Amino acid sequence: MIEIRGLEKYFGALQVLKGIDLDVEKGEVLSVIGASGSGKSTLLYCINGLEPIQKGAVIVDGTDVHAKGTDINKLRQKLGMVFQQWNSFPHLTALENVALAPKIVKGKSRAEAQAIAESQLKHVGLGDKLNVYPGALSGGQQQRLAIARALAMEPTYMLFDEATSALDPELVGEVLDTMRLLAEEGMTMICVTHEMGFARDVSDRVAYFHQGVMEEIGPPEQIFGDAKSENTRKFLANVR
Amino acid sequence: MFDYNFHWRPVLKSLPDLLEAGLLTLQVATLSMVVGIVIGLVLALVRMHMRGPLYWLATSWVELARNTPALFQLFFFGFGLGAFGLHLSPFAIVLCGLSFNCAGYLAENFRGGFQAVPDTQLRAARSLGMSSWQAYTRIIIPQVFRIVYHPLTNQLVWAVLMSSLGMLVGFRELSGETQFFASRTFRIFEYFAVTAVIYYVIVKFILAASRLLAMRLFRY
Repeated sequence: MIEIRGLEKYFGALQVLKGIDLDVEKGEVLSVIGASGSGKSTLLYCINGLEPIQKGAVIVDGTDVHAKGTDINKLRQKLGMVFQQWNSFPHLTALENVALAPKIVKGKSRAEAQAIAESQLKHVGLGDKLNVYPGALSGGQQQRLAIARALAMEPTYMLFDEATSALDPELVGEVLDTMRLLAEEGMTMICVTHEMGFARDVSDRVAYFHQGVMEEIGPPEQIFGDAKSENTRKFLANVR
Repeated sequence: MFDYNFHWRPVLKSLPDLLEAGLLTLQVATLSMVVGIVIGLVLALVRMHMRGPLYWLATSWVELARNTPALFQLFFFGFGLGAFGLHLSPFAIVLCGLSFNCAGYLAENFRGGFQAVPDTQLRAARSLGMSSWQAYTRIIIPQVFRIVYHPLTNQLVWAVLMSSLGMLVGFRELSGETQFFASRTFRIFEYFAVTAVIYYVIVKFILAASRLLAMRLFRY
């Protein structure tokens, strides 16, 4: 379980998260929506410790992410992350992209790591691209490669940071389908997204962020059908 | 008006010695590149990530190496240190001088290379649980090497040509050897003409080898 308590985050003098309290249970799919600059992506970076925080705490399965003694590299193995700019490693083939971290971080043998990588690439529909370099893959394929790379570490949680917003429109579908597949398999997911259809159909809960505050959280029917906050209603009216 | 008679025989007779000296030139240049690459990487990283005395040390190194004549740098390791009672062999003087110079130039190349790799690559690597060291050695530096590969080749060529300054500190590399024979036989033009060809061949060899290596290394 991920517990976020009174989380505050500043970039210099600018406060981007203003006291967030949020629990994410195992097996849950949470979508985070909101305008650009509302702090959604920063929230994900704070969850896996890529950004330091100024106040509050993020606790993953009982471990405080930002505490001094925490082995952050170990903890991150539980927290798969997929970025907006897919960030595949250009100098490695698809197979090497996925096999590298299991090998050097988890200490798996070369053969084991490659077997894991192969099965994860098949999982996301890239079974025929094992020895291809990312430069020869489309954006959608590179994003699925990034998902396979995160899954190869056998994470408990997956964090998606606007995984489809840098893609050409015709490539969004394949990535969303892969994310749907993961949700159906019971993966715990936090998805920062602008895909309202995905948020509505796949999530168990939807959180709306507004200027660093979690304005509203609830089941998708409530957020999309009967939002309590005026800001949420305004935002949804604009994106539809 | 032009009554110079060419005499190539002495040059041909000492050709084996010249070629051997050419090998020494290649050796000292390559070795100083290897040292230069390691130190250059460290200098670049220190300049990018550190403050305080280490930053100033690295910055002074780069500034001195790039903005003073290479010959002076060689003289420093030869006569400069000699004045303090520290006497290096001619080979060591040239190796130190060239390494010092290469490290300074390469540090700036590497800095540009690091800046050309997006920050998000580091984030992606760290998000997979890689330590900072793993992320740099497995993800960032291999990409930097591709970016700086051609400047690196240039620097090696430059090191080969610059090593000719070695003859001024008594090092019998290709130029030193040439000077030695030329002054003994007074066939100065002939010797230096042949040596120029040898330099040319060495450089062409480096460029060809570098191109072949690039084809093997960078398949992406």
